[in-house]
Amino acid sequence: MNRLLIRGGQLVDPRNEIDEKLDILLAEGKVAEIGKGLSVGRGTKVLEAEGRMVVPGLIDMHVHLREPGREDEETVESGCLAAAAGGFTAVAAMPNTDPVTDNQAAIGYIIREAIRAGHSRVYPVGAITKEIKGESLAEMGGMIDAGAVAFSDDGHCVASAEVMRKAMTYSLIFDVPVIQHCEDPTLVGAGVMNEGIVATRLGLAGIPTESEEIIVYRDCTLARLTGARFHVAHISCARSVEVVRKFKAEGVRVTAEATPHHFSLTEKAVDGYNTNARMAPPLRTGADVKALRKGLADGTIDCIASDHAPHHYDEKEAAFADAPNGVIGLETSFALSYTELVKGGALDFSTLIRRMSTAPAEILKLPGGSLGKGDPADVTVLDIDTQWVIDKNKFCSKSRNTPFHGRKVSGRAVATVVGGKIVWQL
Amino acid sequence: MQKTASVDSIFLQPFTIKPEMQFKRKHLLGLEELTAEEIRMILDTAVPFKEISERQIKKVPVLRGKTIINLFFEPSTRTRTSFEFAEKRLSADTINISASQSSVVKGETLVDMARNLEAMRIDMVVIRHSASGAPAFLSERIDSNVINAGDGWHEHPTQGLLDMLTLRDRFGKLEGLKVVIVGDVVHSRVARSDIWGLKKMGARVGVCGPPTLVPRSLEALGVEVYHRIEDVLAEADAINVLRIQLERMQSNLFPSLGEYNRLYGISTEKLERAGRDVLILHPGPMNRGVEIDSDVADGEHQVILRQVTNGVAVRMAVLFLLAGGKPASAAEVPSMLE
Repeated sequence: MNRLLIRGGQLVDPRNEIDEKLDILLAEGKVAEIGKGLSVGRGTKVLEAEGRMVVPGLIDMHVHLREPGREDEETVESGCLAAAAGGFTAVAAMPNTDPVTDNQAAIGYIIREAIRAGHSRVYPVGAITKEIKGESLAEMGGMIDAGAVAFSDDGHCVASAEVMRKAMTYSLIFDVPVIQHCEDPTLVGAGVMNEGIVATRLGLAGIPTESEEIIVYRDCTLARLTGARFHVAHISCARSVEVVRKFKAEGVRVTAEATPHHFSLTEKAVDGYNTNARMAPPLRTGADVKALRKGLADGTIDCIASDHAPHHYDEKEAAFADAPNGVIGLETSFALSYTELVKGGALDFSTLIRRMSTAPAEILKLPGGSLGKGDPADVTVLDIDTQWVIDKNKFCSKSRNTPFHGRKVSGRAVATVVGGKIVWQL
Repeated sequence: MQKTASVDSIFLQPFTIKPEMQFKRKHLLGLEELTAEEIRMILDTAVPFKEISERQIKKVPVLRGKTIINLFFEPSTRTRTSFEFAEKRLSADTINISASQSSVVKGETLVDMARNLEAMRIDMVVIRHSASGAPAFLSERIDSNVINAGDGWHEHPTQGLLDMLTLRDRFGKLEGLKVVIVGDVVHSRVARSDIWGLKKMGARVGVCGPPTLVPRSLEALGVEVYHRIEDVLAEADAINVLRIQLERMQSNLFPSLGEYNRLYGISTEKLERAGRDVLILHPGPMNRGVEIDSDVADGEHQVILRQVTNGVAVRMAVLFLLAGGKPASAAEVPSMLE
């Protein structure tokens, strides 16, 4: 009953410092045994993993599932399927839905929908402020009770330092991270891409990196003042990385994430007015890409998160300034991270798994992110050898807005296991 | 008499002939991607078209039977009528669509509108839009020729071309000329087209204005950045004075129109203090008393109305060449220097 043996793979579990060819037996939704040559008992399903990497289930702590409100772009179900296809056993879902997920009932709805869908797990992030207006605090307590794991007004920046301070202070009751989309709205203005030579040539309004750096610095200072846990969403530029490094050294409880598109592409991807290269914060320069990779290598940036942001084809089929911000990423995140960072020489494989599983679990205090006995039976089986070409038309997501269509990459989930059950298999 | 004969011989040729040297592009989206050869081709072809506008009967049949839509999503008198004259003088059938009267009000997308028009079999679309990249976007989705009549801050290629024609007429050449664009450069599609075109043709280009409108980062485009008009007037052969928009004042880019005029406005006093001849261009419409004083706007150093005349000729040349017409070569065309 409910037993799954994953056999013959290379087990890499950074938290338990394992990097060895080992079998892993899952039973009753938990890790039952790890060892060599484990026997197949009666009623045990076997998943052959010879030549594969077997890791704790990958966790994407920043996705937009668009439900409720934009079910034409994505639903909890399609988003969770896309997550499973990308090798993710869990995702944290952002609250900028319509209506906004700023109350207990809304959090409960998302969790129930995810359970019903039966693919990856969803841990909802609740809004910091009511209706994400940035003015008055939403009911954090109620949302925590319903299952929220963190708070964010993502999509928008909490612009008022006073509101952010109060939010951080209040969050101490629950000791959960307050996640900020770091972009000073007055400096962003009507900007649509990074401020620089490409914007000047294309005649597009630019957003300086300082719009991010200022908020990162400001909110790290507030985290120092309040003692709260502060998480920088989608860090995009070198200077922001320096700020996080500085405050971490001082002992402030700040963490940060970076997206694959930010460490794989520069502002040049916008050339030709490519709306699938438009997102917030925008793609930056080569120097920023280098700094992000270095930050991921030395741990200044704790984890990788996709900021999976589905948009309907019609909306991206527009002049650049009229298209919405955002690109999808669940089904390309591991491939890009592996190809650009591990094959690219910035990280070793074990560190990559730390960034994509161990750390997100630690930041959000989730069960998982490791495969010790008794841990949840969430496992990702990866093929890191076969080269493949990203084809957006084969995505499980309802949306197609990716800048990576046609790109040759290595690294792919071949099986995703949640609670001991295979929810995805290539 | 010989002049008229050579002009007519170019334009009365049947249109099915595709000559060796032809303008190979399907669209005119900007000057950044054009070669110096292509720019020269357009300017040379504009010369005989100027002559047509001087005739009693301002018509040649070269685009007869062609349907052209002027799709203007931003208000414009100057550019739109200039294109309309160009099209009608070439005998094309033209339709004007302006945003407020169009289905855009009903929520129709740009692509749908263009495709609908295309289904009525149009040959060319002249488009002006507030979003940079809109003409490029359209050109990737419809079959007709697309001509950019101004997109956001990006480019206004026919304006750049007519500016170059005007300068070439006055100075006999563009190479080595020092031309400075004065005003709100960072938000200006005219400035960008001028910069690309003039640099391609070997001119030295500068930009001048307050740092909020003319940031030093523009040096990356290969232009010299000035913040004092006096320095410009001491060195430039010609200046292109851009219109200052009231809205810019409201976003704290400069404190008042009065101060802008005192610091950067082109006045007789500033010109006299410079003590040299500087040719003055302006794309229009002018804010008299803001970026340019009335006596200068009506004075002897400006060629503003010549720009307008050259505008029609340049647009005729562009439409003609995109439709497959044979370009004039400099040798064929009588010299039209002033």
